[in-house]
Amino acid sequence: MVSALEIKHVSKTFKNDQESILVLKDLHLTVNDGEFVSIIGPSGCGKSTLLKLIAGLDLEFDGKIIVGNHQVSGPSKDRGFIFQEHRLFPWLNVENNISGNLSLKNQDTRKRVDDLIALVKLKGFERVYPRQLSGGMSQRVAIARALLRNPDVLLLDEPFGALDAFTRTHLQEALLEIWERNKTTMVLVTHDLDESLFLSEKVVVMDAKPGSIKAIVPIEIPYPRSRTSKSFQELRSHILNLLDHHPQDKEDWSI
Amino acid sequence: MSAQTIAQNEQLVMSERKKQAKIAKSALRGTFLPLVVLIAWQALGSAGILPVQLFSSPSLIATAFIDLVKSGEMAGHLQISLTRALLGFALGGFLGLLIGIIVGMQKKSEEYLNPSIQMLRTVPLLAITPLFIMWFGFGELSKVLLIALGAFFPLYLQTFLGLRNVDKKLYDVARILEYSRLEKITKLMIPAALPNILLGIRLALSSAWMCLVVAELLGADRGVGFMIQDARSFMQTDIVFVGIIIFALAGKISDSFVRFLENHLLKWQDSFKA
Ligand SMILES: Nc1ncnc2c1ncn2[C@@H]1O[C@H](COP(=O)(O)OP(=O)(O)OP(=O)(O)O)[C@@H](O)[C@H]1O
Ligand SMILES: [Mg+2]
Repeated sequence: MVSALEIKHVSKTFKNDQESILVLKDLHLTVNDGEFVSIIGPSGCGKSTLLKLIAGLDLEFDGKIIVGNHQVSGPSKDRGFIFQEHRLFPWLNVENNISGNLSLKNQDTRKRVDDLIALVKLKGFERVYPRQLSGGMSQRVAIARALLRNPDVLLLDEPFGALDAFTRTHLQEALLEIWERNKTTMVLVTHDLDESLFLSEKVVVMDAKPGSIKAIVPIEIPYPRSRTSKSFQELRSHILNLLDHHPQDKEDWSI
Repeated sequence: MSAQTIAQNEQLVMSERKKQAKIAKSALRGTFLPLVVLIAWQALGSAGILPVQLFSSPSLIATAFIDLVKSGEMAGHLQISLTRALLGFALGGFLGLLIGIIVGMQKKSEEYLNPSIQMLRTVPLLAITPLFIMWFGFGELSKVLLIALGAFFPLYLQTFLGLRNVDKKLYDVARILEYSRLEKITKLMIPAALPNILLGIRLALSSAWMCLVVAELLGADRGVGFMIQDARSFMQTDIVFVGIIIFALAGKISDSFVRFLENHLLKWQDSFKA
């Protein structure tokens, strides 16, 4: 298998005025091309920090991050990023938010934006401004915006965390659909163990203080998955056991 | 999905209509008090209770206005006043916008320029007027410069504030979408700062009018301000009122113009939905 993303001995230290905090310690992870990986771990263990490093938003770290044979040297359209908050530009309507700096006068862009609007089920809302959208709709616009750039890797930082259970399930299914269709490599950070089990082929369990990888659990359940199936439940308790070694973090888990 | 969309759109249109009806009603209510004042003023003047010499009356003011328009005197004064105001506003506004953009975008230029500008800002403009007259005389230059100074500060300040307060999180988005340096300025910073810039334009306009009045009252041989001063020395109260009304109207019209711009450019904002 070709690897889409290689994280080699990555450590990250935040330096304040006096002290320096080791946030990520010697991370090692390979993500295959087209693979769906989730990262799960207690709050503050450095999941967002790791995604930012992969995105190239922060270049001050030790170790190497290689995406598609190239060492990361800055942000790029090839690595789409979906933030916890939608981060749409409030002064642009839905279609202009999706196109961003690409011109909608371009026939090809126009068509692809229309297709994506259909894909994220926002037909009829092309001219609507973000303030008129619900949280779930905004997040779908953000997903379409990232997909328009045809990223090789899509980085998702708790994208559905702020949504209600119903919308969340709907968007999880939409994301699976997109993944199965486009074969985009997905790296999903989540607080929600069920979400990671439902979506991913591999769950990376992280540990805090300092942030490090505790275990990598392959999820070998065929899609579409049922949250009530026996194998689902077994893997769930297995990962919960892994996490249970830190009773003080227990309350951080949404189950 | 599409049925739902249509229903939502319809709802939007309906609420828009209701809003417009509400606005019309509240506008009507707003004209009530001025009308009462006008009628009372005219009645008291005609009845001889208010001395017309000092307080004039609506009908006298209207007559004076018509006479001034007919004789072409009004057009002459208005033209010179408008020219001064526009020149001064254009000069000061342009510099305010330009320096505001530079200082708002570059940390270094902020450190060099902002403290000095903020210090100058606290000096009351009227206190500088005598200096301007000493340096630039009673001619057009001192007037235009005073107006420019009045327009400069609000626009500088708001542009700078707007650019400084651009949501930092949106920069990360622009970087990931590979916006060029120019695109970051034109497609992120300027639109994000636009509400502040428009507010700055509005404040700059009202400040420019203020400075115009001051400059023309202090010493001029033409212009609406001069017309007021001249009429005052001859106790022509009705013409004084005409001048005041002209200034008020000019302020109102320029303010409405900016509001019009806001309604068009900021329709993405909550508060500009109407
Ligand atoms: N810019 C920064 N400067 C200093 N410390 C930081 C900075 N950003 C993050 N940290 C620290 O790094 C640690 C990891 O933060 P990060 O946001 O990556 O956690 P996380 O795993 O995403 O947490 P959560 O699940 O709550 O989002 C935290 O202890 C945080 O305080
Ligand atoms: Mg986080």
